[in-house]
Amino acid sequence: MSKTIAEKILSRKSGHDVKANDIVIADLDFVMGQDGTSGLAINAFEQMRAAKVFNPERIAMVIDHSAPSPLAGVSALHQQMRKFAGEQKINFYDIGDGVCHQLLPEQGHVVPGNLVIGADSHTCTYGAINVFSTGVGSTDLAAGLVSGKLWFKVPETFKFILNGKLPAGVYSKDLILYLIGDVTADGATYMAAEYTGEVINNLSVEARFTISNMAIEMGAKCGLMEADQKTIDWVKAHSNKTFEAVKADEDAVYARVKEYDVSNLEPQIAKPHTVDNVCPISQVAGTPIQQGVIGTCTNGRIEDLRIAASILQDKKIAKNTRLIVAPSSRQVYLQAIQEGLIQVFVEAGAAVVTPGCGPCVGTHNGVPSDGENVISTANRNFKGRMGNPNAYIYLGSPATVAASVIAGKISDPREYVK
Amino acid sequence: MDLKGRVHKFGNDVNTDYIISGRHKFKTLDMKELAKYVMEDLDPDFYSKIQAGDFIVGGSNFGCGSSREQAPLAIINADISAVIAKSFARIFYRNCINTGLPLIECDTDQIDENDELAIDLQAGVLHNLTKGMDIPITPLPKVMLKILSDGGLVEHFKKYGTFNFD
Repeated sequence: MSKTIAEKILSRKSGHDVKANDIVIADLDFVMGQDGTSGLAINAFEQMRAAKVFNPERIAMVIDHSAPSPLAGVSALHQQMRKFAGEQKINFYDIGDGVCHQLLPEQGHVVPGNLVIGADSHTCTYGAINVFSTGVGSTDLAAGLVSGKLWFKVPETFKFILNGKLPAGVYSKDLILYLIGDVTADGATYMAAEYTGEVINNLSVEARFTISNMAIEMGAKCGLMEADQKTIDWVKAHSNKTFEAVKADEDAVYARVKEYDVSNLEPQIAKPHTVDNVCPISQVAGTPIQQGVIGTCTNGRIEDLRIAASILQDKKIAKNTRLIVAPSSRQVYLQAIQEGLIQVFVEAGAAVVTPGCGPCVGTHNGVPSDGENVISTANRNFKGRMGNPNAYIYLGSPATVAASVIAGKISDPREYVK
Repeated sequence: MDLKGRVHKFGNDVNTDYIISGRHKFKTLDMKELAKYVMEDLDPDFYSKIQAGDFIVGGSNFGCGSSREQAPLAIINADISAVIAKSFARIFYRNCINTGLPLIECDTDQIDENDELAIDLQAGVLHNLTKGMDIPITPLPKVMLKILSDGGLVEHFKKYGTFNFD
């Protein structure tokens, strides 16, 4: 029977020939928790009366959401994670190591064809390297820690065929914002998204992560891509694990297929307070902003920092404007130092903060004031997301954020990349 | 299981940041404490309006966004007896089943603020007592019914040590 990528991976991992809407119990290749979700999972693990995790090498816990800890209560949760990780001998990443969704692929824990769960909704990120990865809650995480298994409903698939060539100054972030605006926040709910076409083929692996990262913002369970030579080279440079990538069959059955030509796409902006409230930048250009954020699991990779630094080189951010830069991992941070990018940011007037999620999830590191506008490379702009329900969050590409902080208002980055 | 209570009505795309904000959820695992802030960014006085057994009613895509299980736990600890919506985001959906919070998927256009509802989960019917009308409920998949009837996923694992749907 012809199959989608999701059907193939779940067939392989469940040992049954399955199709969309079947319910399966499948073996997990990797299991991840972060500091917002691991505490409840450890409690559930203990309540399940489990003594040991199924396989410590296939588990990681990451402190990234509040790193370093801003509060005593958070410190207690971090301590609980450190203790559990030490006792169970699992992979553990402490403050400053990076954002979980950067670390899992970068440190070689996940490879094409894998089935992965993470107690964080943006776990769908690794779909860009052909991994069926999906976000779960803490109790599902605990079940995964104990058994190495989870039940899944095999999702139907929504296929996006992306043709044409992205214009200069328009990036994978603009593309995924555009798609979310088009299909809306629940356009792919319960489904797997498959992103294909020449646009995807022409993107770097780093740029592809940005697209898969935001699959959840259209409701999708995962955001899958096929593995091409670029993927295979990237994965081999980061991991020693053996793998077998998965391709969709030509005549696989899709619940929906949409085809786009992106050759005339403008930079896109998601306006407050929903991610699907998307418009071309020309409609909001000139909106005053008080804070910019470059980083997060969506756009904190070295390529993102290079793009932003190329625009900020020899420039200053506008008066009465702040810029916060958070590299997505220690490795990215070191690379950015070596390439002189951090110097560019600091000279331009940015505050460079510890690799982590801080400014995006409203825990610390840049909570905006009442009435302020923020432009961010993050993936969510919900009211209150950054810690203040009276602030307004706009989402765009690293280039758009860089151009906007120079002007102190939302600005089209294409002026800088002609 | 029969449930009876009053309606608190919200719109489409109620995300888990609104259910319990990141400002609060990282601080503690004390869910009674977190419950005080449930829906705070949509209605700062919401917690004080709840009577035990009340329902939260939404439109489509209820529970979208972050995977935080603090969302259903805060709702449970605020003494809300069930969440009713046209559709749910999938991670929230799983989290509710795993933590034992009943979810009712049905048309919510005919349900308004302060309506009195009675829900018969066995018969799969929601009675809107205020409006005198019955609304059919989408049945839960077998796997979810099994986890709910075991009292959530922790209890399921205590009983079987792993997944067991036979």
